[in-house]
Amino acid sequence: MNIHEFLTPPAEIARRKGPHDRIVMSSRVRLARNIKGAAFPGYAKKPDRMQTLQQIQPAIQRLPQMADNFAASMDEFSALDKQILVERHLISREQAARGAGSGLVLNRDETLSVMINEEDHLRMQSLLPGLQIKQAWQTIDTVDSELEGQLNFAFSNDLGYLTACPTNLGTGIRVSAMLHLPGLVLDEQINPIIQSVNKLGLAVRGLYGEGTEALGNVFQVSNQMTLGEAESTIVERLEKVVAQIIEHEENARARLLEKKPKRKMLFNHIGRAYGILANAHSISSKETMNLLSLMRLGFDLGLFTSADRALVDELFIMTQPGHLQKQHTEKLSTEERDFIRADMMREHLLKVTRPVMKA
Amino acid sequence: MLCCVCKEKEAKVHLTQIVGDKMQKVDLCDECAKQKGVDDPTGSSLAHLLLGLGASLESETADGAAELKCSHCGFTQADFKKTGRLGCSECYIVFGEALESLLKSMHKGTRHVGKTPVAQRKLRDTQKQVKSLQDQLNKAVEAEDFEQAAKLRDEMKRIQMKPPGETART
Repeated sequence: MNIHEFLTPPAEIARRKGPHDRIVMSSRVRLARNIKGAAFPGYAKKPDRMQTLQQIQPAIQRLPQMADNFAASMDEFSALDKQILVERHLISREQAARGAGSGLVLNRDETLSVMINEEDHLRMQSLLPGLQIKQAWQTIDTVDSELEGQLNFAFSNDLGYLTACPTNLGTGIRVSAMLHLPGLVLDEQINPIIQSVNKLGLAVRGLYGEGTEALGNVFQVSNQMTLGEAESTIVERLEKVVAQIIEHEENARARLLEKKPKRKMLFNHIGRAYGILANAHSISSKETMNLLSLMRLGFDLGLFTSADRALVDELFIMTQPGHLQKQHTEKLSTEERDFIRADMMREHLLKVTRPVMKA
Repeated sequence: MLCCVCKEKEAKVHLTQIVGDKMQKVDLCDECAKQKGVDDPTGSSLAHLLLGLGASLESETADGAAELKCSHCGFTQADFKKTGRLGCSECYIVFGEALESLLKSMHKGTRHVGKTPVAQRKLRDTQKQVKSLQDQLNKAVEAEDFEQAAKLRDEMKRIQMKPPGETART
């Protein structure tokens, strides 16, 4: 079976529900672990990496949580496969750049993924729809506890789990939530929010993580410090902060709807987004994501009555370059992709009638 | 606040540097600041300073002192300076001390609080128990209660014997 037969279709992914999924698109917890005494992947020679991969991969595949899994070495994926996995947040861009000696194990519903020999020997993540940070932590905690009986993890009483980069030392945990915040962006409140979140020692990043922009008004909030605090403390703090951001976003949406100049501005943005997406003949991935974000907001506010928000979420996945390319056998140029993307939008939005907005 | 290099004098020079999206802070006393050449903060890299890999490295090499090197994997201080990553888990034994101030600047604390592998936890418990028995044993010997001392010694042996192998793991 190849990875495409294994992956869940975007239409199905888009219909997965989670608490607060109006604003929280997904919750994720990842743990970094290493094998005691073995050179970290960035420093290890290729034969050593092959050996740790061969040691780790079967241990992960034996996990009950991985009963039905997909496992492969990174050199078995084409560049396009890797791009699709990145777009689905199942591997990092760094892992996508790796080849033989690094690998991936994925569970059936893509909620669990383990990267082998990325920056650390193991990077395992639990990814759930909506606000489910605690559940994601519990899931990955259980996986980790089962693995520690089979693999000798590098651990010191003083420094905790030992990682290749000192920034991950201790718990090796990265807790993050993907938030859709168009209200705060339109109401121009996003910057003070980002600043106050930063002050709490949390990072705010774009859609694809470190160093990426917030395409489609999607922001990733995550912890930065991993040493000196327990996992549960980190998880709870992030949960609390996310709850506050949700409240701010809801308030911003209410403010935008409340009075005329702001409401007009809001309706103008959403109406134009629909107009362009439903009628364009060439559109870039970036513009599409930003306009889909506005349409998603329109769905949340009940302005589109003839379809489900899942349609927008599905298009959000499908419009990304890798996913778009995958639907066509011939290699597409950027220009051709922009044509095909626009065709796809027009076709899917045929079912969606104009937004209903009372001035 | 104490200087994070000499850890003796009051810090007077406070530097903050943003590299990529990471913020690094360092607090130095006047003397250390001058020694590290950070009168002009724009000209120096904090990472090097924090890790004692900047000016101090040069002076060390000049003195003929050996560069830090992991005996397990051969990773050197210069490698760390280049990559910002370590070579293997054992590197932390060698570089641990040099990393202390870096860890302080990037984390909540410098000691792990949180999940511990079960085997490690058992080992820690055993060590604690043995230590407590040893204390009792010393007291018993002092009090010349040899019957009790013998009992305690047997108890210690029993704990140390089981579970086999685990005591060897660190």
